[in-house]
Parts: sequence; C-alpha cells; structure tokens
Amino acid sequence: MNRIDDVFTRLRTTGERALGPYFTAGDPSLDVTRRLVIEAARRGADLIELGVPFSDPIADGPVIQRAAARALANGATLVRVLETVAAIRREASVPIALMTYYNPVLAFGLEPFAEAAIKAGVDGVIVPDLPPEEADPLAEELHPRGLSLIYMVAPTSTPARMRTIARRSRGFLYVVSLTGVTGERQELPRELADQMRELRALTTKPLCVGFGISRPDQAAQVARLADGVIVGSAIVRLCEERATSSSLVEDVGDFIADLKKPLRNG
Amino acid sequence: MKRRRPSGLPDARGHFGRFGGRFVPETLMAPLIELESAYLAAKRDPKWTRRLRELSTTYAGRPTPLYFAERLTEHAGGARIYLKREDLCHTGAHKVNNVLGQGLLATRMGKKRIIAETGAGQHGVATATAAALFGLPCDVYMGAEDVERQKPNVFRMKLLGARVIPVDSGSRTLKDAVNEALRDWVTNVRTTYYCLGSAMGPHPYPMMVRDFQTVIGREARSQALRTIGRLPDAVVACVGGGSNAIGLFHAFIADRRVRLIGVEPGGRGLATGRHGASISGGAVGVLHGSMSYLLQNDDGQVTEAHSISAGLDYPGVGPEHAYYYDAGRFTFEPITDEEAVEAFSSLTRLEGLMPALESAHAVAYALRLAKTLPRTKSLLVGLSGRGDKDVHVVAKALGMTLE
Repeated sequence: MNRIDDVFTRLRTTGERALGPYFTAGDPSLDVTRRLVIEAARRGADLIELGVPFSDPIADGPVIQRAAARALANGATLVRVLETVAAIRREASVPIALMTYYNPVLAFGLEPFAEAAIKAGVDGVIVPDLPPEEADPLAEELHPRGLSLIYMVAPTSTPARMRTIARRSRGFLYVVSLTGVTGERQELPRELADQMRELRALTTKPLCVGFGISRPDQAAQVARLADGVIVGSAIVRLCEERATSSSLVEDVGDFIADLKKPLRNG
Repeated sequence: MKRRRPSGLPDARGHFGRFGGRFVPETLMAPLIELESAYLAAKRDPKWTRRLRELSTTYAGRPTPLYFAERLTEHAGGARIYLKREDLCHTGAHKVNNVLGQGLLATRMGKKRIIAETGAGQHGVATATAAALFGLPCDVYMGAEDVERQKPNVFRMKLLGARVIPVDSGSRTLKDAVNEALRDWVTNVRTTYYCLGSAMGPHPYPMMVRDFQTVIGREARSQALRTIGRLPDAVVACVGGGSNAIGLFHAFIADRRVRLIGVEPGGRGLATGRHGASISGGAVGVLHGSMSYLLQNDDGQVTEAHSISAGLDYPGVGPEHAYYYDAGRFTFEPITDEEAVEAFSSLTRLEGLMPALESAHAVAYALRLAKTLPRTKSLLVGLSGRGDKDVHVVAKALGMTLE
C-alpha cells in the first residue's frame, strides 16, 4: 500500500491533521535537502513535498522562483533529485510527493520517470501545469506502479471540474486556497470554508490545503477544515535566509514542530 | 480557384495532433474554457464581426497591399518577389490584427483590465493602443533587459497610458515576461483579460490569435490571384511565436503546390547554440501552456533564445507550426543575424522599405530562394512589420552609432 494512503488512514484514527512541508530540492544543496527532509520527518512532518526546480515556474511566487533558480545554478536535475529521494529512503520512511512542472518529466520520458521514481522511493507526483484533460499519459505510467498522481483543485474550478478531479486524484486532493501563485499571505481567503464544504460533499478522499499558509495560527485555522496543511514559501524563505547558517536544519526543524503543534489531536 | 477550408484544427481540447492543449495551473482552466466559449460566441455574432471588420478597415488600415518588389527581384535575379505589406498596418506591424480582436473580446466579456507580455515592445505597444481605444487600463510585462534595450517602445506604451512592469526573474526577457503575465492572470483572472501576443500559449490562444491573423493570408491569396494571375510558388514568413506566419500560411494550406516556408531566427548560427530556432534546433516539450517544439536542455529546462530581432527572441513556437512541420506541410529554415541585417540593408536601399528585423529574416530567405528559381516563379513574402524600431540595433550591427 502507498505510504501516503497509510498516513491519512493513521491520522484519521487519531484525529490529527497532516503537515506537508515543501522544499525546493537543491536549495541550498541536495545534500542539505536530504538532511532537511529527514529532520522535518523527525519533527512532525507527515508527508514531504519535494519541489523539482524548473526554469519557468508559472505557478510560483518570487520566493520559490528564487529557490528554483538557485537550485538549478547548483546543478539540481530531476535525475539528481531522484537520487536524493533514494538517499532519504535509506534513513526515513516519510511519504514523499514530487512537485514538478511537466516539461522535466516529459524530457525524462514518462515511463522511465515512473520507473525511476518508484525505484527511488517516491510515493506521489504533483504536476501544477498538468490539468486532468492532459494527465492521462502520465497517470497511465504512474498508477499501475502504485504511484499516486495528486491533482490540484482551485477556487475557480467549476463543480464539474471538482468532481472530475476528486475522482481522479490519488492519495489526496491538493486544494489551492486562493487564486494566485504560491507565497505567504497575511490572511486566509474567506471563501476557503465554502470551497472545502463543496469538496467534502463530493469526496471522502483526504483534502490538503496549500498556498498562502505560512504561520502556525494559519495552520490551526486550516486544520479545522482540512485533513492536511501544506506550507511552502515560508519554509523555503527560511532556507533562503539561513542558507549559510550552521543551524539551518535545526531552525527549519523547529519551525516544522511549531507548525505541527496545532495539528495534533484535531 | 476555390479555397477549401483546411482541417478542423484544433480539436475540441485545443490539440493540433500531439501539439497544443492546455498545460496550465487548474486555476486557469475554467477561465480558459470561458474565454473559448466567449470567443466562439463572438465569432458567431454578426454585430461583433462587423465591428471588428470595420475597425480593421478604418482603424488598422486594412486591406494592406501586395507589392511587387521589382528592384529586389532584379537584385536576386530569379523568381519574382512580392511583399505582403503588414508594415503599413497601424502601429507598424501585423500585431494590431490580433489586439483589435482580443480587445473587442475583452470588452464583450466585461473585463476591467488588460494585461500583456512583450519582448521588443511591439505587442506591448499594440495592446496599449487597443487598451486606449477601448478605454481599459493596461499593464504590460516586459523583461527588465528588454526595457533597457527598447526604451522608445517603453515610452510609447507609457504615452498610450499603459503601465510597463519590468520583469527581473529568469533571463529577464520575453519568456519571463510571459511567465509573469501568467502569474498576474492566475491572481486576477476574474477581472483581467490576458491579451497574449502570438499564436502560442494554452488553447484557445493559438486558435484565436491565428483566426485574427488569417486575414493576412486571405487578402494575400486573392491579391496574388489578381496581380500574379495565379498562386505563388512559395510563401515565406518569419516565425518567432508564429502569428504572422500562421496568419499568412493558413489560406494556402489546402493549395498543395504552394510551398509554405517559415523562417526561424538562426542567431549566430545553429551550430553555436545561440539561436532561437525552436523547430530546426529544439525538441518537443511543454512551455507556457502548450506542447510544441522548444529550446531546452537534456533535463527539460528551457534554455534562452538568441536573436538580433527581439520579436523572434523566444524559445518556443506556436503548436500549429509544430503540427504542420511534422505533417510535412510547412518547412522551416534558419536565417542568421548577419543574413537578416544584410537583407534589411538590401530592402531598404533597393526598395526604400525598411523592414522590421523579424521580417528581414523572411526577406533574407526569399532572396536566397529566389536565386535558385527561374523568373517564371513567384514568391510571396510576409513583410510583417516596419523597421524604424530597429534602427539602433542595425546601426550597432553595422558598426555605426546613432548619437
């Protein structure tokens, strides 16, 4: 059984909410990424989103754009990110979803990618520029191998689209909380509660909310509605600010622990 | 000769064979579908199409003439060369055909704001023009490097009331301006109309922009029949994103004996890797919402294009070009920076026509081709824009200074 499904089955019995931190792989280096992921898992992360850097990240705000540019300059490639996952797997069993734009996957080849990903120990794949209409070729390679293709649902998704996405998504649904790109926001969108209600009526699959969540109090708010909370830019910004600090891994671990605290015991 | 409608492309999901489609964040999917239905409804509305035709005539200056370039023909010493004079359009290039259509659509959809990307500034100026005409606020994203290189166009956009937003990310050029425009659109999609400048991007843009530009080929085809007395043997146009080329070629697709040749920016030469020839020197991939040929490395990272012509300085190409390339209907030829500048000089000196550097690529290839053909053959070349905007670039290339 898929590690992502295991996590949500386990959390549902305890009433806990999942914390899914996002890291841009290769920022500041792939070796540090490996240590960050292991530390995150140790400090309360339930699943990891590992961002594969891309030259043209149209769904990302400035913080993750900068991280991707640094990671590419440091020589991070999809092949090396997969090697990093394999290295993490020797030390941690936390579920890992790769967050990657479509072109690096296409360039790798869909079948070779699916093979390499499962071999490395990847559990799921999120492709922000691959809506359901275009996703069959990739889904057909991932699903028979037990890899989950996780779809995003947006505030602009029509009811019909929500249904399609709910039916197709494996592992969980990635609920984009706002119309916009990734990045920290002061306030959570007021429509989120309605969006979640609509989705709950359509599916029993786990719902994880991402985009704009950067503080423990926001995580707590979202936890009242969702099965999981995804935090990206705030963590990536911390990695940027503390890149050269010897306490980077520990600092990020502390932040993860703070984010996880309000998610325990629902 | 009767004109048959070529293929029903794209299909309902915006695919041209394996190309095209909609590869965008979910947030944009419903808005793109809404845009598509609004466009299809507008196209069926006789009042709307009449208004567009009226603006094309009275505002943009259509139809543009087909001109027999006699001295250029003599110079080449072969096939007769005819120029489709899009350089005579308002704003100085074919871009206006597209922005009038999209601007009219934006007002019909009740959108309160227009955004656009621009490389050299031609599409930005055209969009700012349409925004002024339709009374809409306009933000134009432009790579910070291009803002530096294209100051006169930046100023033009400002005079027209648009705000120019420099883009500092990535390579700070057109590709990054598209990224930033898409990010703006993702954020403000409910109120904002994204006026994409070429026959590229997610469906319905490649179809819609093509449709707004096919007026070029429709006019050219009947003008050719009138002035040459038959169809040309080849039609030649430059290809960046490919809107003027698809606009010119489309009417000729069913005319199997007419060769359709897209001219790509060869930059310093294909072998140097410093070029913008997505088809001649790229591979299939996904960029900016559609599948097509693009310049990329082995890891699927998009690489920078290089061209002396800012309007061709783009690592991708519209999906319909990719489709007709694979189908063997269009061919693509690279022309280097140097050859383009030479053609710019030739056309300027011999005909008193100063072409945009983009269009100079098409002229350069036409000159090369004309030399190999007898005088009984004729070539129709898309003169997509005028070259005043490029004088400083040409001066630099020729080792002259302006000040």
